[in-house]
Amino acid sequence: MATLKELRNRIRSIRSTQKITSAQKMVAASRLRRAQEQAEAARPYAQRMERMLSSLAASLKGQTNAAPLLAGTGSDQVHLLLVATSDRGLAGGFNASIIRETRRTIRQLESQGKTVKLVTLGRKARDALRRDQGKRIMESRIEIGRPRLRFEEAQAIAQALLALYADKQFDVCTIVYNHFRSAISQIVTKQQLIPFSPPESANDNAEAASRGVYDFEPEDGQILNELLPRNLAVQIYTALLDSVASEWGARMTAMDNATRNAGDIINTLNITYNRSRQAAITKELIEIISGAEAL
Amino acid sequence: MANTLQFELVSPERLLRSEQVEMVVVPGTEGNFGVLPGHALLISTIRPGLIEIYEGGKVKERLFIAGGFAEVNPERCTVLADEAVPLPDLNRALLEGEAREIEARLNAAQDDDERNMCRRQLAVIDAKLTALGAAAAH
Repeated sequence: MATLKELRNRIRSIRSTQKITSAQKMVAASRLRRAQEQAEAARPYAQRMERMLSSLAASLKGQTNAAPLLAGTGSDQVHLLLVATSDRGLAGGFNASIIRETRRTIRQLESQGKTVKLVTLGRKARDALRRDQGKRIMESRIEIGRPRLRFEEAQAIAQALLALYADKQFDVCTIVYNHFRSAISQIVTKQQLIPFSPPESANDNAEAASRGVYDFEPEDGQILNELLPRNLAVQIYTALLDSVASEWGARMTAMDNATRNAGDIINTLNITYNRSRQAAITKELIEIISGAEAL
Repeated sequence: MANTLQFELVSPERLLRSEQVEMVVVPGTEGNFGVLPGHALLISTIRPGLIEIYEGGKVKERLFIAGGFAEVNPERCTVLADEAVPLPDLNRALLEGEAREIEARLNAAQDDDERNMCRRQLAVIDAKLTALGAAAAH
């Protein structure tokens, strides 16, 4: 049985832990709101980019000499996974689930006889995968999106990927990231970046067809060659924004749970503390009374 | 035919302008082009330069863009800009300072990647300065 003083110390230390977790929860909540706003603000560009690409792709359909970013290298032997995690922990299962999915995908692709390479984003992916998958990691980037994610950072990643692609280092590139559904639910998502498959909704095509054919200035192939790398950056940017929002959402939930757990522990400890205090008093009384009776 | 068209200017980070305008002039890679309502379908790349928004036959606003893409259809003109700054926000002294800084970095640069990046940034600043000069001449 712990002494009263020990119990008091434990209660005090858990109370200060609780203060920290609840402060972190507040911080996470405000960062989450900011991240969501940023993701919201980036949506118009991505949508319009997509619209432009689908009209371009529609007009280029059936051409044989399509851009390699669109058509692929003609093989799917070497897969590159872009693993998006955070730099910091204390975010519940945020990083662990990404890393688990990455390992699963590697195993699955290996069993099909493919080669897998990795590019990691964020300290957590690097640290976790370096040990057992170290030889696969082509490149690691950390400190992304600090203090806030800028488009140039996504562009730098896209450029690095394009350089590897031009160097024929991989055939297919997929990003693994947490898609933000709500503050309590993040879904691990895999999205293929290279070769790019334009979304084809029947609606858009019908609309485009009724309008007629676009003029291109300069010619369509050349525009496509400029548009596709840009689109890659936009897709990475959108995915990373999603991942940042997920990170803060996950952290907020984790910190909320931690705060609640701390509260529960404090309650139980308080009860134990009061009981043992009473027990000590009762014991003393009994000793006094029985001492008096013995006289 | 309506006498205005929907003009949208978007940067990767946010929607900058979305308004009804009478005419816009866009600096296409193969020359400037004016967009009036009812324009033919067009997709074009953009070189660094000025976008001019017209109202009542006069220029209402000038914006500098560092490059990007434009999509035009009869009722809409969408510009996807890499970077966009309203012209009055550009400052010659500041830009020249920046240019010097980048030039210094360019001379100190170790690898080709960095040199290329510096050159790109310099080109954008050059275009900004030219835009300022052109605007001053108006």
